[in-house]
Amino acid sequence: MTDRFTAGPVVRPVTDPWPRRTRLVEHSILPGFKLSLGITLVYLALIVLIPLTALALRPWEIGLDGIVRTLTAPRVAAALKISFGVSLAAALTNAPLGLLVAWTLTRYRFPGRRLLDALVDLPFALPTAVAGIALTAIYAPTGPLGALAAKIGLKTAYSPLGIFIALVFIGLPFVVRSVQPVLQDLDKDVEEAAQTLGANDLQRVFYVVIPGIGPALLSGISLAFARAVGEYGSVIFIAGNLPLKTEIAPLLIVIKLEQYDYAGAAAIGLAMLAISFGALAAMNAMQIYLARRGRT
Amino acid sequence: MTAVASVPASRPRSFRPSIAPVLILATVLVMGGLILMPLFVVFHDALAKGLGAYFTSLKEPDAIAALKLTLFVAAISVPLNAMFGVSAAWAISKFEFRGKTVLMTLIDMPFSISPVVSGLVWVLLFGAQGFFGTWLADHDLRIIYAVPGLVLATILVTFPFVARELIPLMQEQGADEEAAALTLGASGLTTFWRVTLPNIKWALLYGVLLCNARAMGEFGAVSVVSGHIRGLTNTLPLHVEVLYNDYDSVGAFAAASILAGLGIITLVLKTVLEWRHAGELSPGRKH
Amino acid sequence: MPGSFPPAANTDDTLALEIRGISKQFGRFPALKDVSLQARDKEFLALLGPSGSGKTTLLRVLAGLEQPDAGEVRFGGEDFLALPVRQRKVGMVFQHYALFRHMTVAQNIAFGLTVRKRSEKPSKAEIKDRVAHLLELVQLEGLDKRFPSQLSGGQRQRVALARALAIEPKMLLLDEPFGALDAQVRRELRRWLRDLHERTGVTTVFVTHDQEEALDLADRVAILKDGQLIQLGAPNEVYEKPATPFVFDFLGQACRLPGTVDAGRLRIADWESEAPKGAQPGAVEVFFRPDEVAFAPADGAGLAAEVFAVAQRGPDVRIDCRIEGELMELVGHGPTLPPGVAPGLSVRIKPLRPTVYPAG
Repeated sequence: MTDRFTAGPVVRPVTDPWPRRTRLVEHSILPGFKLSLGITLVYLALIVLIPLTALALRPWEIGLDGIVRTLTAPRVAAALKISFGVSLAAALTNAPLGLLVAWTLTRYRFPGRRLLDALVDLPFALPTAVAGIALTAIYAPTGPLGALAAKIGLKTAYSPLGIFIALVFIGLPFVVRSVQPVLQDLDKDVEEAAQTLGANDLQRVFYVVIPGIGPALLSGISLAFARAVGEYGSVIFIAGNLPLKTEIAPLLIVIKLEQYDYAGAAAIGLAMLAISFGALAAMNAMQIYLARRGRT
Repeated sequence: MTAVASVPASRPRSFRPSIAPVLILATVLVMGGLILMPLFVVFHDALAKGLGAYFTSLKEPDAIAALKLTLFVAAISVPLNAMFGVSAAWAISKFEFRGKTVLMTLIDMPFSISPVVSGLVWVLLFGAQGFFGTWLADHDLRIIYAVPGLVLATILVTFPFVARELIPLMQEQGADEEAAALTLGASGLTTFWRVTLPNIKWALLYGVLLCNARAMGEFGAVSVVSGHIRGLTNTLPLHVEVLYNDYDSVGAFAAASILAGLGIITLVLKTVLEWRHAGELSPGRKH
Repeated sequence: MPGSFPPAANTDDTLALEIRGISKQFGRFPALKDVSLQARDKEFLALLGPSGSGKTTLLRVLAGLEQPDAGEVRFGGEDFLALPVRQRKVGMVFQHYALFRHMTVAQNIAFGLTVRKRSEKPSKAEIKDRVAHLLELVQLEGLDKRFPSQLSGGQRQRVALARALAIEPKMLLLDEPFGALDAQVRRELRRWLRDLHERTGVTTVFVTHDQEEALDLADRVAILKDGQLIQLGAPNEVYEKPATPFVFDFLGQACRLPGTVDAGRLRIADWESEAPKGAQPGAVEVFFRPDEVAFAPADGAGLAAEVFAVAQRGPDVRIDCRIEGELMELVGHGPTLPPGVAPGLSVRIKPLRPTVYPAG
């Protein structure tokens, strides 16, 4: 006879402090959940949420028309244009540059490669003010490259070009580090297949490699862009800060604060955030589109 | 069957020179010209008037005060952020709950906002015309234009670093070892100390390294909240700016050289960690 | 069948483990539905079932790694569920070992002893002794200073077992411990685990989806499906008298034919024989093992079968035939074909021990 137990009546259910309805969390026996989540949430609330709320609320002090007036004032509008425009240009320039560096570092072996690889992160590790004054020293009319450029009539420091150079400097690591791992993993087989089918080098790069790294490249560009838009220390020295010509948006925020125009400063800050998010969302969408196309 | 007379294998007609050397040279030029030159310039200009002038400017009381302040702010911000990073990583990687994505987006926030905005928000809260401005004035407390403001601004800018190194790693490691430790009778704290911590120590160190580098080098955010009071609320990067605007080139670059040295040490330690402990760092750090 | 352990009725065998009415849901997914079973002291109980059957969940409930929504667990009379994980003194072995990667083998094994409260902690010398003894028990002497990454899968699993045994657990829980190992290592470890259980005598609950393993190792087997207990019994019992078609099919090869039971007679197509004891009259499904058939020539008694292929398969012969429109793989014992069986010929087959279940 099979040793089978009929289900007896359920004896005393386990007391459950979390009634089923409100359960958001699976009971886990590892301790420390409430503590760790608590610390995390409190920290985030104090450091991020409350300050950001202050940023979101303050501009409305001057009302919607006040905000619009602030943002459309010629100086502010010019600064926003410069910040976003030059940042975009720099990020796009970092694409081929970063790709070049990433390609060379992953595809070829040469003495000093590892050293060069480590140096890619220098703009990331170097304090921005240091980069700022160093770049200015180089590209000012009295500096080595600045003097060279002056000879061919180019003004590097104290012009939008100077801002551009600084933003390319700080954005390079983002593109390189985004593309490198993808390049390394890129299926060599697919490339070799293309070769055997008769593709030459250029075709191979354009039709196989670039689509493969497209999403990563785009990701790197958007990271470089996001960083460039907000950059302050690296740019503030080389820019020259001429109103309407070489003023960047973060500087405008500082100026407004010095004038005790908190609402105006917050308005610019909020606008910068909004535009950045919009741009990043667009790039994200493009990334998804590209990734979907690449999926066979 | 007679052997076929050996014929030399035909070679492809066009000899394609490898473009590798060209690319390598181009890369070296880009890296050298763009990345290395600024580093070189810092030390060159700092020593422009000789070693004597260099050391004199470093021994200036304001410079020393700035260095001390930088170290102080970092000494507070980094441990706090490390504690946050560990807590967040523990909660996210060892438990299931809704809202993890929101949490991780919030943690990444500082990377999407300008450092100036990261300083601005504290002014909006604690500045003279800020939300708590009158309350603070009434109680004779200063946050903005004082050290607490510097700490807050630094914390906001640097808090993601440790969390970002730990979360992917701990997610990858899972919770099996901790579960095993519990069945063997270990308490929660013992489990964390003897099982989890050894598994994450290199990633933690890496995160602290990056956090510290950014904390000591931060400029934009602290610039907004500092008030630039010499000797009191100037961190070293701010001091560099003050000296530079005073046309004290040697002084500015001397101070900058310390910060550059910090950057180099960070880079070296970071690279060493990546080379020797790649397996124990967050996935995506290995290359 | 090996591992026979006479199923005692009410005896003085102490009931070590009592599980009653355990239910557990993950979100909307019911992992366990009102499961009740018992294990005797020193028994080796296997929880067998396909993935999703709830066996691992039940094991984790026993370990304390999951809290059930309802039900009771008693161990040695104590309310087990009220105890937190740390206090249950249960040794658990995980499918992927969960060895502490930054500790040596010796440190791993000693862990459970080193985390004890000062009052209960053995001296350093004692711990060292214990570890050495356990290493000997699991046949890994000399590997005490190695790290888990330097061991093979089989060695890691033995370290995991030693680690679990070090705390002198009241109960040993094994979660598909051999799942990540290859077949040869699995077989060796199976023998070794049985031997170990004999020597240590610890009540053991063993989860697996491999019926061969369960039938080989266990004193009793509990078969689970979709979160419910289907049958519980000694290996030979569940194998010879499976309670449901699912169990029959899960525990071995199954051949199936429709039939009817009427007045104590079982009828399949044009063949009739005595119905198994206790068979309900009416339409039935007849199950039998492909290697438990008798072959007879075409003019003999039995079910009509058309042989269309034969193949030597190791020690047995595989005979593919068509019976009642169904394709079936039958097995003949021994290296030679039964007389009269050849491709293209018709024969008669008789299931020797058919099991009958109500149809539908």
